[in-house]
Amino acid sequence: MKCGVVVFPGSNCDHDVYHVLKHVVGQEVTFLWHDQASLDGADLVVLPGGFAYGDYLRAGSMAALSPIMAAVKQHAANGGLVLGICNGFQVLLESGLLPGAMRRNRDLRFICDDVFLRVERADLPFTRHYEAGQVIRLPIAHAEGNYADHEDRLDTLEAANQVVFRYVSQRGETDPQSNVNGSARSIAAITNEHGNVLGLMPHPERCAEAVLGNEDGLVLFESLIGETVRLSA
Amino acid sequence: MSKKNQPIFDACVAVMPRGAVLDPQGKAIENSLARLGYEGVSDVRAGKVFRLTVQAKDLETARAGVEEMAEQLLANPVMEDWTIEVEPAEDDSAGGSGADDS
Repeated sequence: MKCGVVVFPGSNCDHDVYHVLKHVVGQEVTFLWHDQASLDGADLVVLPGGFAYGDYLRAGSMAALSPIMAAVKQHAANGGLVLGICNGFQVLLESGLLPGAMRRNRDLRFICDDVFLRVERADLPFTRHYEAGQVIRLPIAHAEGNYADHEDRLDTLEAANQVVFRYVSQRGETDPQSNVNGSARSIAAITNEHGNVLGLMPHPERCAEAVLGNEDGLVLFESLIGETVRLSA
Repeated sequence: MSKKNQPIFDACVAVMPRGAVLDPQGKAIENSLARLGYEGVSDVRAGKVFRLTVQAKDLETARAGVEEMAEQLLANPVMEDWTIEVEPAEDDSAGGSGADDS
């Protein structure tokens, strides 16, 4: 699979996801500068974490208007895979590729922590190596991950089964305490109607190697390439 | 089409979170005001104000342009509302009065 990692001015997780794609799951990867109009033939486009354009105005709002996003939208419309992690998720929301918006975290603090998530969809190209209902642990690091939308649009999102991960307790139950940033309906990740665009606040690229003490994020990348790469698996 | 000789307008766009539930910052500020001893303060909301200088053929055109800018970029329509004020610039040395006489 040919992968492209978009680099906006202010992206800071671009090298992490490049490393996982290239060295951990062995794919061909290139960086795609935000100013270019082409995806250089990438099958999978990743919008990485960071602070694109310094999060000026609203997180993701400037990046959503950069030249490469027209190509990303076209790619998504053609059924191509798009993965937005953290700030990349915010860019997907601002560009209209996914519905909703991000508010400041409920307690107004930047949260850097491991959280438990329940896998709601295990039938997507991004999640097919997880099991539905499985509880996984991934790190988050954000100040604006408090997902919001109109109640009726949240209902539509739920009815269309577009919620992919929810913040839960270790036992897999949603509750206000486990919903660390105050997101509507404990939403941590959503997909589009066709299931080819995924936006998630947690960072799977930060826990994709045994040496880091957690491989729960690796499963997402294994799902994408359709192979298991863990020696221990 | 050159805007060189068109009148200049001052525009002000105020963007506000739609309702208290969408504004954790406003809630925190409200709590801090209470801590300072201010009683009877409610529904505090934190928004953004943008000031723009716009050149357009008349007031209506200027307002329509700013309305588009607000919807496309300055505000996020999912969770924010906005109000717009447009008036002829006080020091408009480039063109006419700016009055909408079309």
